[in-house]
Amino acid sequence: MLGTLTILLLCQLAGELIARLLHLPIPGPVLGMLFLFAGLLLRGGVPRAIQDTAGGILRHLSLLFIPAGVGVMTHAGRLSAEALPIILALFGSTLFGVAVTAKVMAALLRPTSASADEAANPGAKP
Amino acid sequence: MNGALNNDLREIWVYLSASPLAGLTMTLVAYQIGLWVFERFGRRPVLNPVLIAVLLLAGVLTASGIEYRTYFAGAQFVHFLLGPATVALAVPLYNQFRQVRQSALAMLVALLVGSAASSLSAVALAWIFGGSSATLRSMAPKSVTSPIAMGVSEQIGGLPSLTAVFVILTGIIAATFGTWALNLVRVTDWRARGFGMGVAAHGIGTARALQVNEVAGAFAGLGMGLNGLATALLLPTLYHLFW
Repeated sequence: MLGTLTILLLCQLAGELIARLLHLPIPGPVLGMLFLFAGLLLRGGVPRAIQDTAGGILRHLSLLFIPAGVGVMTHAGRLSAEALPIILALFGSTLFGVAVTAKVMAALLRPTSASADEAANPGAKP
Repeated sequence: MNGALNNDLREIWVYLSASPLAGLTMTLVAYQIGLWVFERFGRRPVLNPVLIAVLLLAGVLTASGIEYRTYFAGAQFVHFLLGPATVALAVPLYNQFRQVRQSALAMLVALLVGSAASSLSAVALAWIFGGSSATLRSMAPKSVTSPIAMGVSEQIGGLPSLTAVFVILTGIIAATFGTWALNLVRVTDWRARGFGMGVAAHGIGTARALQVNEVAGAFAGLGMGLNGLATALLLPTLYHLFW
């Protein structure tokens, strides 16, 4: 747990440093994710401790959005003033994005037996 | 006696409302309440724990007259963990990396098309209906997981906290109406359905896909990770090239 947290922070720190030093347009933590990913590839597996701690953090990932999300109160004026563009853009683009991504992927994939027999019952799908 | 008690209470209130303890505790309690409501009323996507917690906290802060800045002084300890959590996303990405090889090309094309479609259609729709510049910038990265979306939003001149709101709403919309959209375009392949949910609606879309089918869930997690990466790498770069 403590070891993994140290590794996560070291990766993030390295990411922040390199992003700033090289003036990269990428958030430091994202570079850190790439570093950890590269490390796991080199190592050829995820150590048990990292698997558990990362799983624990990501299970409550949504908790971490709350402080920033509460910032919505400082945007209340904007949200009500721009309600129409915001609602239409969010609904339209989200459903369009889901459909386009899935349609393109399905068109390029070879069909599997798993999908064929479920075609009769599409209502139960995510 | 009553006056002395009131004075004590007022002093405690002044102390607590200014200390980090209050903001931190309120955040955790609100999240627990959100989780409880979500579980209690049948895990409906519209009862998203984050949405409930945010509304609850915004209501309490507004009613008690505590400024967002004061609250955030305490809540920043939770907020800080977004960084290490983003790094931790490397683990599920690695776990599912083996599955990429079989359908790598289809996934790459779908990722780039889907990522661009989500981002551009959001910006275009907001622009057509008169959204402001800050709204458009905050809208662009809203399909990816919050830590990345907020980082990208900051890079392109958006408002990270507004982006966080858009990200959460995007997830809830996809989890609630995504099935309908996928049936409308007649996609039956689990891999494609899951990948679409992950690319367009990050963790909340992934959670929804996992509830229904394991293959869809795995590809949704992959889509979330890959679009997070693609958006973080491409969106700020493209933005700085054209503006």
